[in-house]
Amino acid sequence: MSTATHVHVEHHDAPPRGIWRWLSATNHKDIGTLYLVFSLIMFLIGGCMALIIRAELFQPGLQFVTPQFFNQMTTMHALVMVFGAVMPAFTGLANWLIPMMIGAPDMALPRMNNWSFWILPFAFTLLLSTLFMQGGGPAGGWTLYPPLVLQTGNAFPFVILSVHMMGISSIMGAINVIATILNMRAPGMTLMKMPLFVWTWLITAYLLIAVMPVLAGGVTMLLTDKFFGTSFFNAAGGGDPVMFQHIFWFFGHPEVYIMILPAFGVISMIIPTFARKPLFGYSSMVYATASIAFLSFIVWGHHMFTVGMPLAGELFFMYATMIIAVPTGVKVFNWVSTMWKGSMTFETPMLFAIAFVILFTIGGFSGLMLAIAPADFQYQDTYFVVAHFHYVLVTGAVFSLMAAAYYWLPKWTGHMYDEKLGKIHFWLSVIGVNILFFPQHFLGLAGMPRRIPDYALQFAEFNALSSIGAYIYGFSQLLFVYIVIKTIRSGEKATDQVWEGARGLEWTLSSPPPYHSFTTAPEVH
Amino acid sequence: MAQAHGAYYVPHSSPWPIVASVGLFTTMAGLANFLNGGALTTMMFGVAILIIMLFGWFGAVINESESGLYNEQVDQSFRWGMYWFIFSEVMFFAAFFGTLFYARQYSVPWLGGAGHRLLTHEMLWPDFRSVWPTNGPSDVGGSFKPMEAWGLPAINTIILLSSGVTVTWAHWGLKENKRSQLILGLAATVFLGFLFVFLQAKEYTHAYEAMNLTLNSGIYGSTFFMLTGFHGMHVTLGSIILLVVLLRAIRGHFTEEHHFAFEAAAWYWHFVDVVWLGLFIFVYWM
Repeated sequence: MSTATHVHVEHHDAPPRGIWRWLSATNHKDIGTLYLVFSLIMFLIGGCMALIIRAELFQPGLQFVTPQFFNQMTTMHALVMVFGAVMPAFTGLANWLIPMMIGAPDMALPRMNNWSFWILPFAFTLLLSTLFMQGGGPAGGWTLYPPLVLQTGNAFPFVILSVHMMGISSIMGAINVIATILNMRAPGMTLMKMPLFVWTWLITAYLLIAVMPVLAGGVTMLLTDKFFGTSFFNAAGGGDPVMFQHIFWFFGHPEVYIMILPAFGVISMIIPTFARKPLFGYSSMVYATASIAFLSFIVWGHHMFTVGMPLAGELFFMYATMIIAVPTGVKVFNWVSTMWKGSMTFETPMLFAIAFVILFTIGGFSGLMLAIAPADFQYQDTYFVVAHFHYVLVTGAVFSLMAAAYYWLPKWTGHMYDEKLGKIHFWLSVIGVNILFFPQHFLGLAGMPRRIPDYALQFAEFNALSSIGAYIYGFSQLLFVYIVIKTIRSGEKATDQVWEGARGLEWTLSSPPPYHSFTTAPEVH
Repeated sequence: MAQAHGAYYVPHSSPWPIVASVGLFTTMAGLANFLNGGALTTMMFGVAILIIMLFGWFGAVINESESGLYNEQVDQSFRWGMYWFIFSEVMFFAAFFGTLFYARQYSVPWLGGAGHRLLTHEMLWPDFRSVWPTNGPSDVGGSFKPMEAWGLPAINTIILLSSGVTVTWAHWGLKENKRSQLILGLAATVFLGFLFVFLQAKEYTHAYEAMNLTLNSGIYGSTFFMLTGFHGMHVTLGSIILLVVLLRAIRGHFTEEHHFAFEAAAWYWHFVDVVWLGLFIFVYWM
């Protein structure tokens, strides 16, 4: 046994130097870092687009941009944040953490891992370059509905093919995660002993492999409709534009859970650490995650209530959607019960985690309101929808990513972050984000439509307030960038366990961990 | 188990993924440029990079495999990878099958006045009757003849099913170390695969020249050519994979126990086979 280990260590001691280390990386930690840095850059680019939107909406009338450019911003902001910021950030966490959490030497397929990452910068070069093309970038919304999207100028094939590239990247990343979890666990690490982050990623990876190809099929049909004369979404030829919406949302709804299930995993790791109690209801968490994943395949119609559907369809999708509240409620209950009578402390990761539980639940409740088909006829395409999905995606997914960054940064870098600055970042974020999105509920209920650069006078106050919140939230993320860089460069030396209440294999490694995590598999009891 | 872990082969840094990314980017940017009316040169250049990458990447993997670096656990990772890759392919085809079913069950009947979508029918195309096959109420692409199931497609079905038999026969040969059976079976499979593609090309030519059935022939032409076309591309790819496996078998690669590449190619081939059965039933026959 020891000889085998020895040979292995000799082979892969030090990484290559310079830029080649990153271009040719096969190491899960290097690739995880690449993913995380890339997603942070995309988060800032997408954030700038959001700030352009909010600047324009600060007061009624057209101030800074043309309506066409405004629509390009809403479209690109969504594409960049979904495919460039949130998804790669979770894949980055998966790369860094899954091998360390299950006691593996690396990801199962290290070369493919590299390719999964390096497709992304190229895909986003393609996508972002469309902003500089004749006719500008895509402006019909990230959902790419035909026939509107077919009117996009030169940008159109670039957008479609960049989506293809993102899909290829996601599918390969997901295959790698599944192969790693199913095949690389240390002896004794049975499925029901896996940390919840690993479980949620296993299910997320399954969702990715199931739905990304469907999106690829859908956008391919858009491409052939535009350039090769097919009639998939053309009623004159016997097709149906609504069919695209079915295809898109069959992908799109599971996609929403692709962005939130790993967040559930992160929160389920952090809360027990700072409550100093094991997670309440571990197995129910696993089953709830699987139930949410299953339900995600049969609720896509709730994005299309007003498009026109047989009554039976409206009812089915309404009830199926509301059922999701049950497993999600199980999760929120378990997080709260974990904290119940715990010895809690409130370091930055825990603050973000608690904010996640409260604010994500608000987003979940507004989702329930939207699930009611007759009520949705009133809410649909208003700012209420915008408020809803930003509560689940910003104070949900992004807050969990912030929590994860603070929680594992000491493990990754070997340095403690500046707790005081972390707390300032948290409070600025949580106050800013609520000033930003909470008024949008009222705007939506009062009837303000989405994706419009101008609005009626009665919406002025809440819009101004929302824009102020956007700038507080947006600029406070620069503080986060500063904290991360500061932590990488210096800071108090972190211990192996980092947090007093932390449990799990990754905390048994040194901080920072060795280049190859577990060259010899640990025994798990 | 612990020993297997210690020996899990983690490759050195590799140049091939970044070459692949550059190749993919060049191909995609070139294709987009071509679709906008530009020249094909950039895309061809990208495809060339991708081909070089495939030789380099697979060459490296084959060398590592032949020098015994892959233990059982590595083998298992490849297996999981292949299962889930095929699952992703299944979902890709599911999107197009779903489109076919949706068009036949909903959009065409609705255009013909069924259900609650009466207005489109009454306001735009009151004369349209729901039938299948159709090129839609505007007769997109002009009148055409649909493809018959019991001519070339039936022959192609027999060819593809037989190739499933020959590849299994080759596998039996491999497992009993009968190398000539392995090589003969693989060669027959590759031959049948390319024969299928050749006949498919004949069918397309016939459709375009004699039947006025084209990609432009409304929803029938769209679903027909996209489904059979993507399937044909997969058969071509599968045949090339099997050809590589055949060349490796001739060179003496693979042992009775250790032959993941063969099995992956065979799984892929069976997947392509099953998709064809779906096509034969739902696109050609029913």
